[in-house]
Amino acid sequence: MFHWLEKHPFLFSVGVFVTIAFAGLVEIVPNFAQASRPVIGTKPVTLLEQAGRDVYIKNSCNSCHSQLIRPFKAETDRYGHYSLSGEYAYDRPFLWGSERTGPDLHRVGNYRTTEWHENHMMNPAKIVPGSIMPAYPWLFTNKVDIDTAYATQLTNAEFFGVPYNKPVPTKDGKTVVIKMAKSVAGAHAMALAEAKKVAAKMKNQDVKDAVARGEVPEIVALIAYLNCLK
Amino acid sequence: MENRPLEYDYTVAKMFMLTTIVLGIVGMTIGVFIAFELAFPGLNTIFGHTIAEYTAFGRLRPLHTDSVAFGFTVSGIFATWYYVGQRVLKVSMAESKFLMFIGKLQFWLYVLGVAAAVVSLFMGYTSSKEYAEFEWPVDIAIVVVWVLWGVSIFGLIGIRREKSLYISIWYYIATFLGVGMLYLFNNMEIPTMLATSPIGETNIGDWFHSISMYAGTNDALVQWWYGHNAVAFVFTVPIIAMIYYFLPKESGQAIYSYKLSLLSFWGLMFVYLWAGGHHLLYSTVPDWVQTMGSIFSIVLILPSWGSAINMLLTMKGEWQQVAASPLIKFMVLASTFYMFSTLEGPIQAIKSVNAIAHFTNWIVGHVHDGTLGWVGFMIIASLFHMAPRVFKRELYSKGLMAAQFWIQTLGIVLYFTSMWIAGITQGMMWRAHDEFGNLAYSFMDTVNVLHPYYALRGVGGLLYLTGFLMFAYNIYKTMSSRPVEESELQNASPMGA
Repeated sequence: MFHWLEKHPFLFSVGVFVTIAFAGLVEIVPNFAQASRPVIGTKPVTLLEQAGRDVYIKNSCNSCHSQLIRPFKAETDRYGHYSLSGEYAYDRPFLWGSERTGPDLHRVGNYRTTEWHENHMMNPAKIVPGSIMPAYPWLFTNKVDIDTAYATQLTNAEFFGVPYNKPVPTKDGKTVVIKMAKSVAGAHAMALAEAKKVAAKMKNQDVKDAVARGEVPEIVALIAYLNCLK
Repeated sequence: MENRPLEYDYTVAKMFMLTTIVLGIVGMTIGVFIAFELAFPGLNTIFGHTIAEYTAFGRLRPLHTDSVAFGFTVSGIFATWYYVGQRVLKVSMAESKFLMFIGKLQFWLYVLGVAAAVVSLFMGYTSSKEYAEFEWPVDIAIVVVWVLWGVSIFGLIGIRREKSLYISIWYYIATFLGVGMLYLFNNMEIPTMLATSPIGETNIGDWFHSISMYAGTNDALVQWWYGHNAVAFVFTVPIIAMIYYFLPKESGQAIYSYKLSLLSFWGLMFVYLWAGGHHLLYSTVPDWVQTMGSIFSIVLILPSWGSAINMLLTMKGEWQQVAASPLIKFMVLASTFYMFSTLEGPIQAIKSVNAIAHFTNWIVGHVHDGTLGWVGFMIIASLFHMAPRVFKRELYSKGLMAAQFWIQTLGIVLYFTSMWIAGITQGMMWRAHDEFGNLAYSFMDTVNVLHPYYALRGVGGLLYLTGFLMFAYNIYKTMSSRPVEESELQNASPMGA
């Protein structure tokens, strides 16, 4: 049979394709039929958090930091409750990472503050002696791309039914509505309002001035995102 | 008519040899640089604070992985295809104007795609998925290049004289189909410019930005089904295609066993795709997927070792060639590294071992003993074998080749030993508890301890890069020296091989 196949390239190729496609069909398709559902307390990200997530991706933070806490005592002691599938229901793309050159960040919002991140991103080794993380001074001057973050939110809502402007259950038994702007101009106003709250807790004068002028530096968005990881 | 001498046309092969070497130097240089950044973080700003954004580890890491995988390795695959394909199918590229055009078009689009990929990654446009970082416009360029390669493969097969497909061709076909399937499904993404705001605004934000079709756990599952099998179909399958051709050719020995080739090929095709789940052990993907990933990773030893043993036994009775020829050394050590890393991988895929190994530098070490030892050595060996034949000149220096072999081998050994120690140390320290049940080490303790291993790894990488530059110099001197023969004539009949 094999000798015969080797003389018939088309059928040979079909044979190879069926052989390699088989595993994917069996392993992946069932999981899509049962798409991961959000757990209670899982919310879509706000506009500024989305922009911060984009900054996180732009700088490949996921090259060194994971967002996946495995169910071991050492990990839950260090980082908090182990990760649940439903918590990632709105994560496009997922950001689990594959390396822990730095610590896991899945629940970093529980134990780090805006002030800490501000100082740390400007000069990590000053806050954590011995740290090998690069400093990120450009985040304090680069302006974040609100338009693209807004387009991402819209895409999530339109194509994937992510519940913006809808009540989402929270852990305390109540509901919360994550609002999405109606227009680009509205999005800018919304991001700025969020940014003002974060900047109020920051010390860097340039950042405060920029926000007062109506601009949003990348660092403000990134901190908003890191704070929402809980 | 059939006895007319056949002259192969290596125009396209030469073009891809060039990108193999150039992109190899680029990718490995970036690799060495970011390796030293982890040992000496001051290097992050060595080129000044104004461009520090573009030289920080995070920004450069995808550039390193993608330029060695999709630059160096994929160019090597194309270069060897445009050499091996003609020879085992007994047909010249010059016989078909159409295929020659497709080959050149493929090359220029590839160069264009590489340029777009490099610029966009530098700018920070990334989908974040490992080895699939490119945004959708670059993805489309990659798919077009790949389809053109498919046209070239099946076009050449279509006009072949040798009816039976040689083993190498099986593996090239599998590479084409496997990577095509994986790449398409993992890069399903929606450009965000397609969204419309409630008041009807469209084309909002960056046009090249997109988000994944899949969310969270599903996204992770597809990504590692891809990520693992990109390793299979870029770093394994086409490299086996190369060794099945170049080792017998260089050593003058016939392949040891046809049956073993069959078993290894079909075994590899069936088993490899199941094993992706081993990247997700103890994650939130379903437990049965994780277990399947573990089990099939162990089973994978069989077809992998099947190929490697088939190669080593091909040298049976001719082992003096290993001592005499640096080129044979490269190939024999490549298949040895293949055996070694296909044993190490399954060990890391055992759940209890993975609990320690995952997220550590041991994984980085594992990737590199495969890529440096197996992929790198085999591509280097293939190009060394091809160079005198495509340029019609004697190889510039065998002594330089031998020196390169030992320098690079030392580099690989330093690389994987330092990363083993680093990884296992990290893994053990992260999980250690003291007598009261508290964590024994802070995270910073586990970073500080790695400094000497990071430095040593950088040295290992630097040695490998040094060897690669020697290789580039050797090839350059070969192609620019005086020709020794006008052409290499081959008989057009299959038996005249």
